[in-house]
Amino acid sequence: MKKIIVYLNQFFGQIGGEDKADFKPEIQEGLVGPSMEFDRQIKNGTVTHTIICGDNYMGSNEEQAVEEILGFLEGKEFDLFIAGPAFQAGRYGNACGVISLAVKKKFNVPVISSMHIENPGVEMFKKEMIIFPGGKSAAAMRKDIKKIAKYADKILTGEKLGTAEEEGYYTRSIRHQVWREDKVCAADRMVDMLLKKINGEPFETELPIPKMDRVPVATPVADLSKAKIAMLTTGGIVPIENPDRIQSASATRWGKYDISGMERLEGGVFKTIHAGYDPAAADANPNVCMPIDAMRAYEKEGKIGELYKYFYSTVGTGTTQGEAARMGKEIVAELIEAGVDAVIMTST
Amino acid sequence: MANLVPVAKTAGANKIVPTISIPYPLGDPATTEKEQWDLRYHRVGVALDALTADVKEQTVFKVRI
Repeated sequence: MKKIIVYLNQFFGQIGGEDKADFKPEIQEGLVGPSMEFDRQIKNGTVTHTIICGDNYMGSNEEQAVEEILGFLEGKEFDLFIAGPAFQAGRYGNACGVISLAVKKKFNVPVISSMHIENPGVEMFKKEMIIFPGGKSAAAMRKDIKKIAKYADKILTGEKLGTAEEEGYYTRSIRHQVWREDKVCAADRMVDMLLKKINGEPFETELPIPKMDRVPVATPVADLSKAKIAMLTTGGIVPIENPDRIQSASATRWGKYDISGMERLEGGVFKTIHAGYDPAAADANPNVCMPIDAMRAYEKEGKIGELYKYFYSTVGTGTTQGEAARMGKEIVAELIEAGVDAVIMTST
Repeated sequence: MANLVPVAKTAGANKIVPTISIPYPLGDPATTEKEQWDLRYHRVGVALDALTADVKEQTVFKVRI
């Protein structure tokens, strides 16, 4: 029987929630959480081990985490490495991608993951590994595992593998040379496409150009000592009563909060409502996320002209890129109106 | 200012200053108040200087503390 090792975060590895996100990597023999479902659904392999690592530990100590995990795997026999599914969890997606690529490089075994299309891990890693489109949350667990399992069985039995479109994973932008079954040569296909285009008919390009959503670099601030600087965060810092009822995850709302006369953000006056990280540190001292105290110091020194009297806040976890772009545009319109010259945005 | 620099790059940020963690980007509560302040003051300063930098592509700025 072929052997499979599965990677999970602290939550799916049943260690705990956000308060355990610093959990150091661990390897367990046998099945934990989603490993059970992988073991059940994959017919031609068995899950021998489950690796569990906290998302924050991987995010903040990547080199160390990878080294420890590769150490666990040293000397173990395995034919396939599966990480996730990571759904729409950005840090989990990052962790799945980082560890999968490291495992692939060191042990040369196939690696697979699954992520929702809005998970930043998709853009980051899909070129270098196989990632199946997944659901937004763990409600899609069984369905997401099924997709991976089907493909895993093909790999483990050495069955012929199709293209990304045929198999259903995110395209890796790899071009293969193939003999087409219809034997229509490229020139004929191209002229056909051109004719369709001229006639305004739909056609399917054979070379899609990936769409890059890039923002031009802003003009540098010429004189910082005269500039009005605004502070923004996706870390969910708000007055403790959360007056704008910004959601703790998948936010669609943002707020602006007056900091006139404040030297720093006091715990007990401000807190974080972000559900994607342990709030203890930011609740105790909100400046670790929204550094108003340091900005005031620079204002006093004259390094900057002025700290804008509002800071802006929303929650980044699970927030779609579409909503984020809309909120960004709304905030920028206000900032321009207020004559703000530049912004610093902190993220968690 | 971001802890997950690769995510910041993917999201399209042009000027990136690394922070130290997700729950406390700018001050580890396990260190002294002074150490937290030094780190925060330094990295916010790097971010301010970054605003004046004329870069042509995505740039991750170096921090000392």
